[in-house]
Amino acid sequence: MADAQPVLQVEQLVKEFGDGVVTRVLHGIDLQLQRGELVALIGPSGSGKSTLLNLIGLLDRPTSGRVILQGKDTRGLDDRALTQLRGETLGFVFQFHHLLPAFTAQENVMLPAYARAGQPSAAMRERAAEMLRAVGLAAKITTRITDLSGGQQQRVAIARALAHDPPLVLADEPTGNLDTASADEVFELMRRCNAERGTTFLVVTHDPRIAARCARVIEIVDGRIAR
Amino acid sequence: MPFEWFVAIRYLREGRVQTLLILAAVSVGVSVIVFLSALINGLQTSLLKQTLGTQPHITLVPAELVARPLFAATTVAATTIEKSPQRLQSINQWPTVLEQVERVPGVVAASNTVTGAAFATRGVAEKPVLVHGVDPERFLSVIDVRSKMKAGYFRVSGDGVVIGVGLASLLGLAIGDKLRLSTTLGDDALVVVRGIFDLGNKDVNERWVISTLRVAQTLFDLPAGASSLELRVASVFDADTIAKDLAERTGLEANSWMKVNAQLLVGLRSQSNSKVMIQFFVVIAVALGIASVLIVSVVQKSREIGILRAVGTPASRVLRVFLIQGGVLGLTGSITGCALGALFAKFFQTLASNADGSPIFPVELSPGLFAGASALAILIGLGSALLPARRAARLDPGEAIRHG
Repeated sequence: MADAQPVLQVEQLVKEFGDGVVTRVLHGIDLQLQRGELVALIGPSGSGKSTLLNLIGLLDRPTSGRVILQGKDTRGLDDRALTQLRGETLGFVFQFHHLLPAFTAQENVMLPAYARAGQPSAAMRERAAEMLRAVGLAAKITTRITDLSGGQQQRVAIARALAHDPPLVLADEPTGNLDTASADEVFELMRRCNAERGTTFLVVTHDPRIAARCARVIEIVDGRIAR
Repeated sequence: MPFEWFVAIRYLREGRVQTLLILAAVSVGVSVIVFLSALINGLQTSLLKQTLGTQPHITLVPAELVARPLFAATTVAATTIEKSPQRLQSINQWPTVLEQVERVPGVVAASNTVTGAAFATRGVAEKPVLVHGVDPERFLSVIDVRSKMKAGYFRVSGDGVVIGVGLASLLGLAIGDKLRLSTTLGDDALVVVRGIFDLGNKDVNERWVISTLRVAQTLFDLPAGASSLELRVASVFDADTIAKDLAERTGLEANSWMKVNAQLLVGLRSQSNSKVMIQFFVVIAVALGIASVLIVSVVQKSREIGILRAVGTPASRVLRVFLIQGGVLGLTGSITGCALGALFAKFFQTLASNADGSPIFPVELSPGLFAGASALAILIGLGSALLPARRAARLDPGEAIRHG
């Protein structure tokens, strides 16, 4: 039953910006992601990829249409409920890793769980360490984020996104600022998680090599799905 | 450690220079408040103590005698009515009044006295004095002379009297010496010096002679009378209100120390006002400092705040992260500030001292002052963090991550 239900369902999603001069960025997007999919989202700059990702990530609200996560309609939820749903069902990997520089790798990975529970626990710490070992950073667990290389930082970001086993991970150009070797490494890591855990990935990318390695590619042009 | 505390403290440690600078500012602010309060409270306490050490809080005396023309105003128009001379008179039925006055709330002690002017003579030396005929126990509960004795004891009984150090040296009197008290009306009494006091006031030390009631009653021809009732009240600043109340109840004239020392009171009040003004501006400066540091921090960290919100941190926790930073800055600053202020005050005290080694500027460092200053600093911290914290909590996560 759970498998039959799509992880993400987007219906007639429209997003407009501006008060005076209204710019319609998304023109009615329909999209479904099933459990275990690894999907690349491509398109030229300004096509609305990031806007779509923000709407799916519940960081922004659509002008019309709806986003259904794990069968749950997100329309009409208040900020508190959105934050909770975001924390439970979504993992984020951003282009510039977006880790918190004041904290260590382990602290960054456990922060989402810590923020939700309010108190730390031994289980959280162990889980964070385990995730870091899984992404090949066993030696860097207590290292400050600022002392890590770009590829290592991105791997910490992936560990953070996966730490609470979210059904859906949204990645916004996760390899955008990495050299090809690091980019391959990071992508390989995501593919492994996808294969081993059945986590659904939606990866926004400019890199055709990455897109080619995804099972499904969605292309957006001018706010519409082109393929 | 709760999440909010963990993040707040990490942020404070991360921005070390900013944190230290603002802590220094808060400390200086708090130390000014502590120092100023300690000094002014100390000065006021010692001034009050000095003033109230030689006078009752409230004195009740008979109402002034009024001149009564002998003719009815209709038949003869008096061109002038001379004011009646105020001879010393007793309070009518004073034992009843004393009992009544003692029951008034706020009054803690009352003493019936006969006070009048006389001359003290010994050999060829003669000095004008003020004779206080008192009931010793009652008098001591209103004005504590016993602890101010320089020689002998406060032994006022029979013909025993106590006098001030000034009078003792003017007339060359020692314990056991006799002196004659006489009035201009021709009455006189021979008394023996049993003790010598120093009340710290030149005029009082040179003029006061404290005798028994009976000696004074005979001297001033007021048999079994009392020329005034002197009172002590629980709270010195209530003296005025209580005096008004007593005047209405008894029909006597009631003078509070506040009325007698109106100028002193104005001085004390303006001193307190200027203290409050200075503290007010210090509080504003400290609050602005904390607020500006935190606002800069929120702007610098808006992307990080967006990330925290994106990964599921509730807005209320973000709010508390910044409130805690403000509170911690206030608390830490207040601890060092209190220490610094106390140090200043102590140092200032050692700068100037009287001949006997007691400080010219007494400072009053009480736990209550530290507690108050700390509570104030924490409140300032929280209050000034409110604006930045709300700004942080309201950041739109998507927006903050894109443009932060």
